[in-house]
Amino acid sequence: MAVISYIEAVTQALKEEMERDENVFVMGEDVGKRGGVFQATKGLYDEFGEKRVIDTPLAESAIVGVGIGAAMYGLRPVAEMQFADFMLPATNQIISEAAKTRYRSNNDWSVPLTIRAPYGGGVHGGLYHSQSMEAIFANVPGLKIVMPSTPYDVKGLLKASIRDNDPVIFFEHKRAYRLIKGEVPDEEYVLPIGKADVKRDGDDVTVITYGLAVHFALQAAEKLAGEGISTQILDLRTVYPLDKEAIIAAAQKTGKVLLVTEDTKEGSVISEVAAIIAENCLFDLDAPVKRLAAPDAPAMPFAAPLEKTFLLNPEKLEQAIRDLAEF
Amino acid sequence: MSIEKMAMPQLGESVTEGTISQWLVSVGDSVNKYDPIAEVTTDKVNAEVPSSFSGKITELLAEEGETLPVGQPICSIEVESAEHEGVSSQERRSPAVPVSEPEANDTSMKKRYSPAVHRLAQENHVDLEKLTGSGRSGRITRKDVEKFIAAGSETISGKVSEKRDDLTRTEQTGAASFSEAARQAAPIQIPVQRAQNEAGDVDVPLTGVRRAIANNMVRSKHEIPHAWTMIEVDVTNLVNYRNQIKNTFLKKEGHKLTYLPFFIKAIVAALKEYPRMNSTWAGDKIIEKKAVSISLAVAAEDALYVPVIRNADEKSIKGLAIAVDDLASKVRNNRLSPDDMRGGTFTVNNTGSFGSIQSQPIINYPQAAILSIESIVKRPVVVNNMIAIRDMVNLCISIDHRVLDGLITGHFLARIKELLENISAENTPIY
Repeated sequence: MAVISYIEAVTQALKEEMERDENVFVMGEDVGKRGGVFQATKGLYDEFGEKRVIDTPLAESAIVGVGIGAAMYGLRPVAEMQFADFMLPATNQIISEAAKTRYRSNNDWSVPLTIRAPYGGGVHGGLYHSQSMEAIFANVPGLKIVMPSTPYDVKGLLKASIRDNDPVIFFEHKRAYRLIKGEVPDEEYVLPIGKADVKRDGDDVTVITYGLAVHFALQAAEKLAGEGISTQILDLRTVYPLDKEAIIAAAQKTGKVLLVTEDTKEGSVISEVAAIIAENCLFDLDAPVKRLAAPDAPAMPFAAPLEKTFLLNPEKLEQAIRDLAEF
Repeated sequence: MSIEKMAMPQLGESVTEGTISQWLVSVGDSVNKYDPIAEVTTDKVNAEVPSSFSGKITELLAEEGETLPVGQPICSIEVESAEHEGVSSQERRSPAVPVSEPEANDTSMKKRYSPAVHRLAQENHVDLEKLTGSGRSGRITRKDVEKFIAAGSETISGKVSEKRDDLTRTEQTGAASFSEAARQAAPIQIPVQRAQNEAGDVDVPLTGVRRAIANNMVRSKHEIPHAWTMIEVDVTNLVNYRNQIKNTFLKKEGHKLTYLPFFIKAIVAALKEYPRMNSTWAGDKIIEKKAVSISLAVAAEDALYVPVIRNADEKSIKGLAIAVDDLASKVRNNRLSPDDMRGGTFTVNNTGSFGSIQSQPIINYPQAAILSIESIVKRPVVVNNMIAIRDMVNLCISIDHRVLDGLITGHFLARIKELLENISAENTPIY
């Protein structure tokens, strides 16, 4: 097993899928010679050439639109949004076309398109390079939204997304790119979309989260174990549609649930998780279901101290978990 | 004079660590603000790190070649002037929020019960007044109740084992007291015993499935007065018939033809004739189910699933063979949906596949009976006053004695036996 970074897992998954299936190609702003602003497509242009690693104009609606057309024609495009913040010009293509084509054509057409987009804060990116966009798309049946936390999950789920016969939005946490490293098997593997994963077992408090916050939760749990507080951590991995069974089982296990997202609180993905727990777990609950999220402010601030206040960190999770444990 | 620390700078978006490739200063050197002090490499850029202070280098905190996370101190600088005094720690700590420690004797939350606590107390007849809460302001937590139940059960476990002795004794007295034994088995409190770990023991955390199995088993054994009986069936005809057609079937249908669909077919036919076997206890009445849907116990790596063959009475032997295959492969590939598990009315357990020749299955709550098919073995038996080698199988059944008695169960089993023993190419079509 090799230890690789989160972004290397992205590159490996793309490379292996392009080698496996000649219908797979990538396109986006600067993904070619430059290898992407984060270097996620590094080396692909040299290996696969300009016909399969395509630099596009600065027009997200066109990138997704071309992707939809190519996908309907039988190819498997992987479209990169340089930053998730820039997806908004493509929302019409994503929500009204990609998500609905199979339904509208009565199964005659499908859109096997993968849209990769780096999201999240903590890299001093300011208002336009730090946003979490999942809540915008997490109410659109026909879409799948994958948000992995570890290199192992990134590789297995990106491959699954490319092989999926319907549109998948694959959000990559940009701070995790070089911060998170982990073991990835040498042999080929694919992980199922739509399945959450228990990242740590425990019986006092359940934390349900996704993305970079999974690592904050793991760090907090490790520290709290020293105080005798045992924390179970469920990583959603796919935030739409949600793995309801796993959510219910995790909530029932401890009866004390902390939901965590880096996104702003009201209307976020975890609010839906809270609703699932409320509907199904009343007689197992031993404390109010709690949410820890960013403040309902318009954007991640640029000033460093404000960014720090806005963001999650292990200490904030630790405090929230302890508070529930003591309830 | 004060000592300042230089931190690893963030060199670009998404960069979270840097490697000191070369120190440009040594301990004791004097530096001016903005003088380069080190070269740092990241996987995006190489850059010189300028000093943020004027002063004397007192300590280098990292070796050349060492990789440090952004924000980690890399060296200390002794600063002459007082320009930094007062703000030396770079960032002012926000005043700690005073945590209001609840008073030790505050019990204002003692009688605020959560839904989980209410449910546990009700199900286990726990008087919550007797508990001391470990939660905030004396609140009784779910864990407090669970601990109380576990501790309480130790005191009654002695009585339970006595009762169990009685049970085995009555069972040994034979089939006559079959129903009596079952009557005595009525409500036994199953204790939740917490075992202690000893050195070298391995803790196996419970999966959701394991927990569900445990809950269902306890519930069934707890609520249903089980009674048990067994018959033996001569299936030589079945064995011959199946051997004769299995290769053609595999070639034609692409599915293996096992014995199981034949057994299910016979069981389903008998269930249609004795609908009371296909029923459920509903407190003030018995409900005979119209649908005949067979729950099939299928073992996975470390769990047991009971997916359902819906409307099994509408299926041919071929249809049953394919349904069994489908469910088994769903279990193997972990693709069972909750829908696959719903609606069963009678359970069939193929314990013979593990080589078992006798078993006492636990009823799949809330059904009224479960039947296990044991191994088919060649045994010498008496046929027409001669010793013959025949293929024999035991069928074991556990019944809910509230719903069923020995007599009807006996008729039901006799009918299955008759159907199985008379299997032949003429009267047992596959399609």
